[in-house]
Order: sequence, then C-alpha cells, then structure tokens
Amino acid sequence: MSELAHGAHPQGFAHQFEDIEQQRDAGRLGMWTFLVTEILFFGGMFTSYIIYRLLHLPSFVQGSHQLIVKFGATNTAVLIFSSLTMALAIRSAQTGKKKGTIIFWLILTMILGAAFIAIKLRFEWYRDWTEGLIPGVHWFYNGPHAPGVKMFMCFYFFMTGLHAIHMVVGLGILTVLVIMTARDKFSSEYYSPLEISGLYWHFVDIVWIFLFPLLYLIGGRY
Amino acid sequence: MSTAVAELHEAPTEPRVNYLNATYGIRSWLLTLDHKRIGLLYLGSITLMFFVGGMAAVLMRLHLTEPQGALFEPETYNKMFSTHGIIMVFFFLVPSIPATLGNFLIPLMIGARDVAFPRLNLMSWYIFITGASLALFATLSGGVDTGWTFYPPYSSTYSHTNVTIVALGVFVAGFSSILTGLNFIVTIHKMRAPGMTWFRLPLFIWALYATSLIFVLGTPVIAITLFLLGMERILHVGIFDPAVGGDPLLFQHLFWFYSHPAVYIMILPGMGVVSELITAFSRKKIFGYAFVAFSSLSIAIISFIVWGHHMFVTGQSIYAGLVFSVLSFLVAIPSAVKVFNWTATLYKGSISYEAPMLYALGFIGLFTIGGLTGLFLASLATDVHLNGTYFIVAHFHYVMVGGAVMAYMGGLHFWWPKITGRLYPDLWARIAAAIIFLGFNLTFFPQFVLGYLGMPRRYAIYPQEFQVLNVMSSAGASILGIGYVIPLIYLIWSMRYGPPAGPNPWGAKGLEWTIQSPPLTENFEKIPIVTEDAYNYGSGASSV
Repeated sequence: MSELAHGAHPQGFAHQFEDIEQQRDAGRLGMWTFLVTEILFFGGMFTSYIIYRLLHLPSFVQGSHQLIVKFGATNTAVLIFSSLTMALAIRSAQTGKKKGTIIFWLILTMILGAAFIAIKLRFEWYRDWTEGLIPGVHWFYNGPHAPGVKMFMCFYFFMTGLHAIHMVVGLGILTVLVIMTARDKFSSEYYSPLEISGLYWHFVDIVWIFLFPLLYLIGGRY
Repeated sequence: MSTAVAELHEAPTEPRVNYLNATYGIRSWLLTLDHKRIGLLYLGSITLMFFVGGMAAVLMRLHLTEPQGALFEPETYNKMFSTHGIIMVFFFLVPSIPATLGNFLIPLMIGARDVAFPRLNLMSWYIFITGASLALFATLSGGVDTGWTFYPPYSSTYSHTNVTIVALGVFVAGFSSILTGLNFIVTIHKMRAPGMTWFRLPLFIWALYATSLIFVLGTPVIAITLFLLGMERILHVGIFDPAVGGDPLLFQHLFWFYSHPAVYIMILPGMGVVSELITAFSRKKIFGYAFVAFSSLSIAIISFIVWGHHMFVTGQSIYAGLVFSVLSFLVAIPSAVKVFNWTATLYKGSISYEAPMLYALGFIGLFTIGGLTGLFLASLATDVHLNGTYFIVAHFHYVMVGGAVMAYMGGLHFWWPKITGRLYPDLWARIAAAIIFLGFNLTFFPQFVLGYLGMPRRYAIYPQEFQVLNVMSSAGASILGIGYVIPLIYLIWSMRYGPPAGPNPWGAKGLEWTIQSPPLTENFEKIPIVTEDAYNYGSGASSV
C-alpha cells in the first residue's frame, strides 16, 4: 500500500505506520515494554531493600517507626483516587465526551498528583529534615540501631525519591495531555496518548502500593 | 563468484535519489528521523569509541613488553585498562551491532518504512552521545582506575579517580540501550510486512529480538546499581560498607545480574550476523532454522540465571556456586546448537570466500574456542585456579573480539554496499580479514598460557619468566591494530571512489537486497508482500 492509497489520515497519524490500528498497537506495546523496564528498575532497589531488611531486621523495624503512617496512608488514598480520575479521563475520550469533560478529569488527576507530592514534601521530608533524619546530609539520629536506621532511611529516600521523580514526570505528561485535548487532538477514534499515559500513571500508583506497606507498615507488626 | 563480480562492475549505476542525498546539511543529519541515518550516526560515534578504547589497549600491550613495565606508573596503567574496558564494553560492544546494523537493517529486513518510534530512536542516539561524552570527559580529566566492574569498596571508598562521572556516563548510556531495545521489540512485533511471519524472519532479526529482551530486562538493574554506587560516593552512607552493615557482595550480585546477560547483548547480534553470512556465501538454506531461532531466545533467558559464576571465589555460598555452575553449563547447549547448524549449513554448500565470509568463518572458529574455554571457568574447581588470571582475559576476548567484533566487521563488510551503495576493494578486505585473524590469535592465545601458568590480570608488572609470551601478545596486538586501521581507510575511500554496488552485489536473499542501494528514505516504494521463507537459495534468481 502506498502513502497515496490512504487518502486522508486521522489526526496524529505517523508516516511509518500502515494504518491507525497498527500505530495504536505499537504505542500500547511500547508502553507495556517500558513498564517492564520500570519494574526491573525499581526491582533492583526493592531487592536491595529486602536483602538489607533481612540482614538487619531490628534496625529496619526501628527505622520504619520513624515514618508517620497516617501521611503514608493519606497519600495512598490520594494516589488511588487519582488513578480513578485518570481512568475516567480516558473513558470520557473513548465515549466521545466533550473536551471540557476530559480536561476536567485530567486536571483533577494533576491536582491529586500535586497533592501527593505536597504532602510528601511538607509533612514527611521536611519533618525528616528538621529531625535530622536525612543520611549523609542532615543526620542527627542517636537512638538505638543507628547504623541500620541510617541504612533504612537511605533506602526510604532513594525509593520514595525515585517514585516522586516518576510522579513529577507524570505531571509533565498530564500537562501535555491537557494542552493536546484543548487543541482537539483527541476523539473517540484516536486517544492513544491518553491511554498509554494512563498506563504509566497507574504503574506509578502501583509502585506506591508496594512502597507503602514495605516502608511504613510491615515494621509495626513486630 | 569472479564472473558475478565482473558483470556487476559494468552493470549498476548509482540510484539518483536515495536516503543519503535526499536532504543535505548538518541539520538534516542531526535532526533526522530516518533509521538508516541514525544507524550511520551510531556507526560514526562507536567507531570513534572503538579507536579510543583500542588506543588504550595498544598502550597497555606496549607497557607489558617489559616485566617492570615499559611506559607507565602502575596508577596510570590501572587507568589505562579501566578506560579500555569501560569504553569497549559500554560504548562500543553493547551498541555495536544492534545500534548500527540493527537500526539500519531491521526495517529493511522486515519490510517496514521505519522503526516503530523514530523520534525515540534519535533520542537514544543523543542519550548515548551524552553518556559517551561524560565517559570521555572523565577519562581525559584524570581517568578512572576501578576496572570496568566498579567493585566496591574500592570504587565507593578508596578510589580517588573520576568514578562518579564515569558511572554517570554508563548510567546515562544505559537508557539509550533500553530505548533501542524497546523500539526494536515493538518494531519486530508490529511492523512486519504482510506475509512476513515470525518463522520467515531472517535469523538476524531473531537474534536482535533476543538481544532487545536483555536490553529491556537487564539494563535497568545496572542503572540502579550504579545509582547506588554514585550515592555511596557522594553521601558516604555505607550502602556497600561492611563496617556499618552494608554488603559489597550485593553490588557484585546486582552488577552481574546485568553484566552477564550483557555479554550476550554483545555476542547474540554477532551470531545473527553470522547466520546471514553463512547462508549467503554457501548459497544454502540455514540448517535447522527453528533451532537457530530458538537457541537465541534460550541464550537470552538462560543468561539471566548464571551471574553467580562470576563470584565463585568471592565468598558466595558453595551451594549457590554449584547451582550457578550447572546453570552456566546449560548456556553451552544453545551455543553449540548454533555452531553445529552453521557447520551443517556449510556442508555441500557452494562456498565462496569474499571478505564477509572470511570474518564469518573466523567467528565460528574463535567463538568455539572462546565458548569451550568458558566451560573451564564454569567448573568450580578449575575456576579457583584460573579466576583472576590472564586465562579469563583470553577467554572473553575470544568471545568478544574473536566473536562479536569479527561478526561486526563481517556484517559491516556484507551490508556496506547496501549502506553506501559502493563496493570496497575486495582484495584489501580479504587481506585485512586475514591480518585481523592472525593478529588476534597471536595476541590472545599466549594469554591462555600465561593465565594457566598463573599470571594475574590487571597487574602493571610481572615476573621475568612471562616475558616471552607477553612480547608475543604485544606483537600480536600491533598486527591486530594495523588490521583494524586498513578497513577504516578503504571503507572511507570506497564511499567516494568505490564503484556503484547495485542492489544485490552478493546475490543474497532477503528483503533488504530487493531494493536499491543506497535505499530510498522510505525504504520501499511499495510495501512488499512476503511469500517465501528466509534463505530460499537454490530457487532460481541467484546470480551465481
């Protein structure tokens, strides 16, 4: 099939594909593959964390007690809710709702994402700073199991930090999606960017679903 | 073959429009989305890295001509072998065949206009260049002396060289690998032409598919590992420091979880190239297509469960060692399947010995030696004797240089007429292939003996009795160096002065040979419909 045989292409169609269906499949597979990469990326960190936790169990339990569960729990709820609003944004595009509706859900998702980061910064990391719980930078902890607690806090900051970076990237993507929606780039025929960005957003959410119990909860049971 | 070449010299002319002359100017290259041009951008950058890394190797071999060391202080020597390893592994071997030939050929071989994500493809190159620049900058501004493996606690606590910048460079370049692998996986799944079923794909595509799986699954882990190392160097929090509860062995586990599969990132694409070369120059269908295809996948899978064989003598549990030893032996099976199938393909083929074929045959022999000596190292008892000696150096150079680089050179010579539309002087190419083969063996075979006799690797000095073998090795290295410079000269020469190649100078099968050389920017005027299996030689249409 030559380029000419197609006539008018739908919006967002890229030249290297034969039809929009192929493009949509490619985008979806690309994002899933990327998420597999991300699982291995966080996986290296999770593995290290779990190994050190097993090696230094009492210290890591002690470390876990430095975190405040209610903020972690609030943030978990915020993120789960943001996944819902993201899904609703995609659903609105799929069913051909007005662009105002799509933008509403996208912006609500962004607000929730920003709220997550705000809670993390203001009530958790800032407090860690004031209490001297930041290893290598601002460290005044002198309770029991000091070296192990330091190791725990290291992994806490690496893991939640990496996760927060992914959230910020997600907010950037959402901004682009809002602009694209406002410029009528999407329709019930073509909404791939929304769909695959949604996959990413849910993935970042799921990472937190694992981080929350690993860092905040399992320590409390001993 | 001589008649075929004679005919071809008069017949073909340069196609008027192609991807090389479609647009002009530096911007048209630096902002290109064409997979073929991006392949060439990679070719230029990794060639530079190859000669930088090669220069370090030549200096090391010069230094080792004398037992007390001829050139450097031991500290400088340490930086030299570290630079050589880091540049060659992360900035030449890993991207070599996938990013150049793979980028150029995947869409052509499967009948597509481009890779699935051309923008991402260009971005991969820029990421690679960023990583490579960081590594080069670190090398020039004082160097790094940890070896390419960055083992803590030396790298995290004691080394005062540019470890952080180099690790950052490798970290960054890793994302280029990940995105390239992702792009290839999606392209191979979704962009195949009508009729191009999985079992009609050229075996080069299968090999790159397996490679891409490792890119995507392995590289993120080295990224995290180097991130932890960098953080440890910056914050001194003791992640790998046993004094405060850290574990240096954890670094080695994470490092080899990527770096052992990375060995197969380097060799699998080479195996794919060799399957193409062997069939083209023996004019036969590959023997046991499905076996060769699945052996690539099984190598990729097994590669992820053998990393512990790098740690037999580091204090790993002996039972873990046993398991890793047995699993490592498993890799020999798919590797041997490939070697046997190539040999069976040669049997009763009508073989000709153009330069690419010389490289392919060299690959089979040298890879076999490299592979078999790997079994010595996978055995717990012999490994205790051989670990950390020149035996290991020789083993992995037989696989990486005798295998991967040989295949890369063979592939480059095979597809050069397609890439540039020009022929290079075949006689010079054969001479260079022979020089490389001889120089290579003279360099590395003595190292097997040195290692067996007990000369440790990474030392700037050695006892007097090892001098003869070391001088042999250094002599070989200078021959090898000349062997690599000759192709650089005649390939560049051929771009301007070589005779036009025509669409299919080798009479080879495969979609890439059905179109003009150099190809159009959009590759195919009309997307082809595939009706036959790969390597369908002997069904007419061949020119010999």
